[in-house]
Amino acid sequence: MFRRLPDTNAGTVDVTIDGRSARVRAGDTVAAALISAGVLASRVADVSRAPRAPYCMMGVCFECLVTVDGVSNRQGCLVAVKPGMRIDTQHGKREVER
Amino acid sequence: MTELRNTYDVAVVGAGPAGLAAATVCARSGLSTVLFDEQPAPGGQIYRAVTSTPLKRDTILGTDYWAGAELTQNFLTSGADYVPGATVWNLTREREIGVSVAGSARILTAERVILATGALERPFPISGWTLPGVMTAGAGQILLKSSGLVPDGRTVIAGCGPLLWLIAWQYLNAGARIDAILETAGTDRAAGWRHAPALAISPYLLKGLRRMLAVRRRVRVVANIVELRAEGRDCVEAVAYRTARGTEQRLLVDNLFLHQGVVPNVNLAMASRIEHRWDDMQLCFSPVLDADGGSTIAGIAIAGDGAGIAGAEAAQARGELAGLAAVRALRPNAPPLAETDAVRTRLARFARGRAFLDAYYKPAVQFRRPARDTLVCRCEEVTAGQILDTVALGCTGPNQMKAFLRCGMGPCQGRECGLTVTELIAQARGVSPQEVGYYRLRPPVKPITLGELASLPKNEAALRSVARG
Amino acid sequence: MSAPDVIVIGGGLHGSSTALHLARRGARAIVIEKDHVGCHASGVNAGGVRRLGRHLAEVPLAVAAMELWHRIGDLVDDDCGFESHGQVKVAESEAEFAALRARVDELTHLGFTHEELIDRATLKQIVPAISEHCVGAIVCRVDGAANPYRTTLAFKRKAETLGVRFIEGAAVTGLARNGGAWRVETGAAHYEAGVVVNCAGAWADRIAATLGEPVPLEPIAPMLMITAPLPPFIKPVVGAAGRPLSFKQFHNGTVLIGGGHRGRLDRDINRTELDFAGLAVSARTVWDLFPVMRAAQIVRCWAGIEARMPDDIPVIGPSTTSEGVFHAFGFSAHGFALGPIVGAIVAELVTGGKTNLPIAPFRIDRFAGRPDT
Repeated sequence: MFRRLPDTNAGTVDVTIDGRSARVRAGDTVAAALISAGVLASRVADVSRAPRAPYCMMGVCFECLVTVDGVSNRQGCLVAVKPGMRIDTQHGKREVER
Repeated sequence: MTELRNTYDVAVVGAGPAGLAAATVCARSGLSTVLFDEQPAPGGQIYRAVTSTPLKRDTILGTDYWAGAELTQNFLTSGADYVPGATVWNLTREREIGVSVAGSARILTAERVILATGALERPFPISGWTLPGVMTAGAGQILLKSSGLVPDGRTVIAGCGPLLWLIAWQYLNAGARIDAILETAGTDRAAGWRHAPALAISPYLLKGLRRMLAVRRRVRVVANIVELRAEGRDCVEAVAYRTARGTEQRLLVDNLFLHQGVVPNVNLAMASRIEHRWDDMQLCFSPVLDADGGSTIAGIAIAGDGAGIAGAEAAQARGELAGLAAVRALRPNAPPLAETDAVRTRLARFARGRAFLDAYYKPAVQFRRPARDTLVCRCEEVTAGQILDTVALGCTGPNQMKAFLRCGMGPCQGRECGLTVTELIAQARGVSPQEVGYYRLRPPVKPITLGELASLPKNEAALRSVARG
Repeated sequence: MSAPDVIVIGGGLHGSSTALHLARRGARAIVIEKDHVGCHASGVNAGGVRRLGRHLAEVPLAVAAMELWHRIGDLVDDDCGFESHGQVKVAESEAEFAALRARVDELTHLGFTHEELIDRATLKQIVPAISEHCVGAIVCRVDGAANPYRTTLAFKRKAETLGVRFIEGAAVTGLARNGGAWRVETGAAHYEAGVVVNCAGAWADRIAATLGEPVPLEPIAPMLMITAPLPPFIKPVVGAAGRPLSFKQFHNGTVLIGGGHRGRLDRDINRTELDFAGLAVSARTVWDLFPVMRAAQIVRCWAGIEARMPDDIPVIGPSTTSEGVFHAFGFSAHGFALGPIVGAIVAELVTGGKTNLPIAPFRIDRFAGRPDT
């Protein structure tokens, strides 16, 4: 659980998270936006399906893998949110692009 | 990326203090220079978001942080090409660089390459470390710097090392709640104090000491933790610990931050076949380098924490040395931007006290070689027990193990498990980590999509390099 | 241990298989391996087990091997990860399809019916993810694939249970007659036996040269890539008639992409280097044939050290200069499937002086008179 410090300057950006509309802070990474939106798990582990969430926030751990605008296995901590972005958490073996 | 050249005098990888300093020296000396960095803005980890942090109050992060602003400005005005959001996934002996930006890939070359890929957090494998809500202290710091986010609810920080005290101090400055700091004891406190005189003349000492005391005044600190466990079902709900004296407690938590130091980020350097050796002081693999950061591969140098953990100012000095060496090699008649000796002196000053920190904050063995049922490889969910069992079957090292287990074969390429695996095998076999070795790393050092690979410009030689069958 | 009857040089799949088959026939064998068993081509290839698309000379061997593969557990007490969901070779144009038809006709003429020509509709049934532009294919429905390292180790383990001794980390430094036997030196030790089998893979030409029968062997480094896990979308192993490709999906969802594009290597230091320009060509092949793969992530690439002969078929058979020496090497990036049968062939030659399978095309002296021999 995280909260935003009161005087952090920011515009906002409208995205969808798992199909639901969400207003997130401009300049946040996708991983930070998910955390600020209270999303606990970005994905599940391949073998055990146990929930997983960002661990390192710097592109090392690969736990923050999410689908961004239909492209799966993006490291959410390395992608900045953009208006209209579709963010989907990953809860199964990634669909190949259809 | 179409405006990038096919070849440069110097390519630098990593926009932390070392990379920024190296690229600035090279560009200002008239060398065609490109800096690739994975993050969207310069600064690396230590100076993350220094050009864009939402934190208006500069009392939260401390004055050291803002030193990065000048370094970054100097780079941005140096004339070097700067490519943020770039993932370098290959580097050959011939200094061909495979890099991807925004879904397309390129291979370009440079006369000199300076790797400044910095450090990453030492793996901290405890039971439950993969639960959502468990993060590294560095992750907490990134959320603070880049997004102004602080932990809400019950928060515990566990581990050891100067960065642990730094983030705790920064959190307190920001008004975040910290319920406890659990200090995991190293075994070499005495050895640490042997190096104390060097620390006494180090710039680190006073600053670090003041911060730690300030935190200790305000936060409950439990010392000498020997066992640590995160518990919960779908996310972390509690942290259980035992101290050396036998005290056991279970704290309910919403956030658990783990940190036991940082180690060089070796993946690109190792995949490039640069020789590394086990460092028994820092308990990690670091590259074999000369005094200018030159590696065992001609034309490729390493600067910064990737060369060995020594902090931001040392990293900057090493970056300058590597940059100056590149200028000397490619423009031998050009007057140098700085005197190498003066930079070396500066570097020595910042390296002082490092031995103290290494010994005093040596991560405890049970947190480097965890119990059997602890997950070691997060990506492929392999436990310490499974690793020890393959050693019992005759596996002598992490690469042979790949025939039996998928340990190390996930996307993180061993960044979260490599050191743990090497140490476990070394202990089981009764040999040194140097003898056991590390994963044989291969490009791409980060996954690339089929589309990115397919988008590499066509090459005559490749079309000829075909075998039937 | 009493002196061996046979010294096998090379602990890859062919060496291990030869040792196993010899042991089954009551011969005492040792295997001398310069690194560790299965660490080169045998252990890191794409694992394809096919009769499909073989050079005609190899077809009888591949057919015989396939029978062994389908009962591989009987031979080595391990299923080796063998699965048979078929192998398919697609035609991307009418011209390629015509060539495939001609091939099937030729095979039928020779008495082989294992390859089946299929049209676009049937191809789509078997490989739904194949690109629309493919016009048809040939298929062997019970061909498949296995796990190469696991297979090689299984052969080694079974051979050991039958008394074969494997000596690893021992490179052969000398090979010469010593009275009535062959003497093999490894620096640290020496071994003697009446029979030597050269299964030294990418280094086999050096053994052959020592015996006065040089061969134009070319060491190569075929490259492979593997993806992150994907949901299951393909069962058979797929290749293409007109360009190099070996494409298969494992149970864990990862997809292996091979095809023979080569990296660089230095066989004296066991080093391979990837050539990403070549991998890009493989990637474009997959892009063209499997549009659904375009966003797939490549997580790892590698290349093994293999031996190629100029006509892309191996050397199998007795030495032409040296009594008691036999060769089995040069499998040109498609020897894995033949491992189980080649060991049997060599064991037959060693113990009985002949084999029922036609190995004349594989004679070591077929290169004599070439400018590069």
